[in-house]
Amino acid sequence: MSAAAATTLPAAAPATVPEPRASRAPLWLVLPALMLFTGIVLVPLTMTVLLSFHDWGQYKGIEPVLILKNWHEIATDPYYAEMFGRTLRIALITTLLTALLGAPEAYILNRMSGRWRGIFLLLILGPLLISVVARTLGWALLFGGSNGLANKLLLSLGLIASPLPFLFTETGVVIALVHVMMPFMVLSVWAALQRLDSQVEHAAMSLGAGPLTILRRIVLPQVMPGVLSGAIIVFSLSASAFATPAIIGGRRLKVAATLAYDEFLNTLNWPLGAAVAVLLLAGLVLIVVGANALVERRYAEVFR
Amino acid sequence: MSRNGPLALAFHGLFVIFMLAPIVVVCLVAFTPEGFLSLPTNGFSLRWFRAIADYPEFVHAFWVSLGLGALSSFIALLFAVPAALALTRYAVPGRGALQALFLSPLMIPHVVLGVAFLRFFTAIGFGGTFLALLAAHIVVVFPFAFRLTLAAAAGLDPALERAAVSLGAGGFTLFRRVTLPLILPGVVSGWALAFIQSFDDLTMTVFLAAPGTETLPVRMFLYIQDNIDPLVTSVSACVIAITLVFLVVLDRLYGLDRVLAGKGSH
Amino acid sequence: MTTNLRPSAPLLELEHVAKAFGSHVAVEDFTLAVAPGEFVSFLGPSGCGKTTTLQMIAGFLSPSRGTIRLQGRDLTQVHPSKRGLGIVFQSYALFPHMTAAENVAFGLEMQRVGKAERTERVRAALAMVGLAGYEDRHPRRMSGGQQQRVALARALVIRPSVLLLDEPLSNLDAKLREEMQIELRQIQRDLGTTTILVTHDQTEALSLSNRVVVMSKGRIEQIGTPQDTYERPASAFVARFLGKTNDFSARIEGAAPARIVAGGWSAPAPAGLRGPVTISVRPERISFSESGLPARVAARIFQGNHWLFQCETECGPAIVVRPNDGLAQPGEGEAVRLAWREEDMSIRDMSLRAGAAA
Repeated sequence: MSAAAATTLPAAAPATVPEPRASRAPLWLVLPALMLFTGIVLVPLTMTVLLSFHDWGQYKGIEPVLILKNWHEIATDPYYAEMFGRTLRIALITTLLTALLGAPEAYILNRMSGRWRGIFLLLILGPLLISVVARTLGWALLFGGSNGLANKLLLSLGLIASPLPFLFTETGVVIALVHVMMPFMVLSVWAALQRLDSQVEHAAMSLGAGPLTILRRIVLPQVMPGVLSGAIIVFSLSASAFATPAIIGGRRLKVAATLAYDEFLNTLNWPLGAAVAVLLLAGLVLIVVGANALVERRYAEVFR
Repeated sequence: MSRNGPLALAFHGLFVIFMLAPIVVVCLVAFTPEGFLSLPTNGFSLRWFRAIADYPEFVHAFWVSLGLGALSSFIALLFAVPAALALTRYAVPGRGALQALFLSPLMIPHVVLGVAFLRFFTAIGFGGTFLALLAAHIVVVFPFAFRLTLAAAAGLDPALERAAVSLGAGGFTLFRRVTLPLILPGVVSGWALAFIQSFDDLTMTVFLAAPGTETLPVRMFLYIQDNIDPLVTSVSACVIAITLVFLVVLDRLYGLDRVLAGKGSH
Repeated sequence: MTTNLRPSAPLLELEHVAKAFGSHVAVEDFTLAVAPGEFVSFLGPSGCGKTTTLQMIAGFLSPSRGTIRLQGRDLTQVHPSKRGLGIVFQSYALFPHMTAAENVAFGLEMQRVGKAERTERVRAALAMVGLAGYEDRHPRRMSGGQQQRVALARALVIRPSVLLLDEPLSNLDAKLREEMQIELRQIQRDLGTTTILVTHDQTEALSLSNRVVVMSKGRIEQIGTPQDTYERPASAFVARFLGKTNDFSARIEGAAPARIVAGGWSAPAPAGLRGPVTISVRPERISFSESGLPARVAARIFQGNHWLFQCETECGPAIVVRPNDGLAQPGEGEAVRLAWREEDMSIRDMSLRAGAAA
């Protein structure tokens, strides 16, 4: 039956706009995945939102009622404001640094000759796939108190007079996070550069533009959407990062993800932990969707 | 014309050193002959690699991770391939919404997923089981398998399938003899990428793992929380080596930048 | 008309220019002088070195050997941004983030032309290419033909000493391409801008240029007016590349006066030729006649405004094109005789061709 239907399709139908068909085949193909996601994503998320409204006590455990106790605590206790403020600050600085360093690097990479470009692309994007725990461990070794390699290097270069504290500080967390997130930024800018017509730079040159003018007036405006979408990815991943703040930041320097972990697995106050997690999710969705809409509106005229 | 100046190359050099430094340091420290954290200054030693064998928790966690990664990424494909084919071939109602749903684990922070899974699986009585871990991993790696399969299926010339149909192939034969071989690079890359995601995941897994179902990253994380010694660096070096193998395979098979394009949320 | 252009001092000169990429020679020994106001086409199949030559003139590639001079000045050490050439790229290379007017204004901004003059010149340039009213359009919202026009306006507005066109029409469909050819020719004649066109389309080269440089495998095969290169191709390659042609094997017979003989057709032979030769005749220059080379019509194909005949002769296969003038035409299988005027054929001496071709 499917064979008969397919042969009657017009030969020139574009690949992306398939013919509507009476057949139920697509339903059966999508249904398993749809059920999987309903069962194991939508239901748990709904339960978590509900959980954030439940009550909890040291001895009574979780009480399935709907009250605003946890939300009230987060809204009034300055501890949470400070913690979310720190999360936001770390994510913003990380995003800024990855953009400032990653975008030029992607540009340099794109100007290299074929073989070197492939090798360095592998070296720079490869860490993305290497375990975050292993990479953060590397930073912990480099920072390692006043005796760490980073401090030894900076001291011997005469850049600093006394060892800087990296471990258990926001500076250390940001440095390690920049490393973890950098491939996302390079990748995003790289993709934007790939869409650039190489003749465009030649055209600008033939019209009398020097290298800096070409960079500022021709390349940067076209790559900007790539930088911004990379920034959105880096921001949302940094704001919800767990392993790096947990290992480099230690037990005292809490961010949203490590606090939720503590509430769930140490304090066992699940409803409060759920509220922290839901707030993180809601905040990120708002910021990401808002930023995406802004970027798309700004560049709709040019790139659609 | 398109050459980098000395300033650009100096920047590039520092950048590459920054990207590689922590990874290289971990691998070097793993070879120290000393009993404490140090760079191997007088000779390399494999003592800390041998020491892994004396710490059964790591060995067990490794097998859990390996099994979990292989199984979850394979099962994710069983769901993802039909869904991707359906979404590229038919005018499925609500296609945009479905696609967004299937890619949503990329956008939802893993810590939130971890919390939600812990709540859900505890509530239905599966807390701390391997099955719960497996189900969670299938969902979390699904987008990676799905996205690469989707790209491969969308890039397929529909005339090829029509040609096969006109020659009398249909149903599963069509899939097995024509469609699957053509999208195979995408599917295999999707599997490999999904495997690595599962193998490396800490944030979500740390909420679900119980003693006995701890994965390698979870075991390493908990170990580091207590103390950092050369043992955990040698374990990390092994993890890095395994990842490198996958990395090279992925690069050869599909091109690393294509595999990773849009790996993050959007 | 073309001949009176050449004696004046050349505007652009290429002398023994060569380019090698590693061991691959892309262009060898390219010498050409372009007169002011002239329209020269570089014509050849892909990989013949025409684009490489254009890139060397533009400065995006530097020659391995030879010199390029513009108005007597050596260009070799001049940066592309200082050459003052207008270039239309194959992909148009419009700046996608700028409007049509901003694109055209860019070169003037680089020359620090004042705002008032800039606005006026941009308006005039866009009007010249028929895009008045499209100033604020972004390139992605324009058709291929419109983008092409913006690219042309952008290159011309800076009043370039030479306009370089790199396959500018190859991305347009056939009908639009023909329209643009006429328009391009008109604009070039009006402005008198010296122009170099790179193309693989012989119709385009023949209909637009004063002179054609036919290239193959990095070498110049022939430089001449369009009529010259078509009527008197210097090599078999040129003959074949500029349109269909018939190659007949012929002989030189007798001495003083020697005659050139192809089957039943013969004509007085030029001096100094001996032995077997190849003669080349365009299909539309062959007529059916009472005497001449005996042939048999193998196939007759109706093509609207003309008929195409495939014939077999003892000197090789022949293609004959006759206008559809309403008169009776030979049918398939019919025996005919083929004749042509001796000035319509070119002779290639086999014994000479075995050595150097050029």
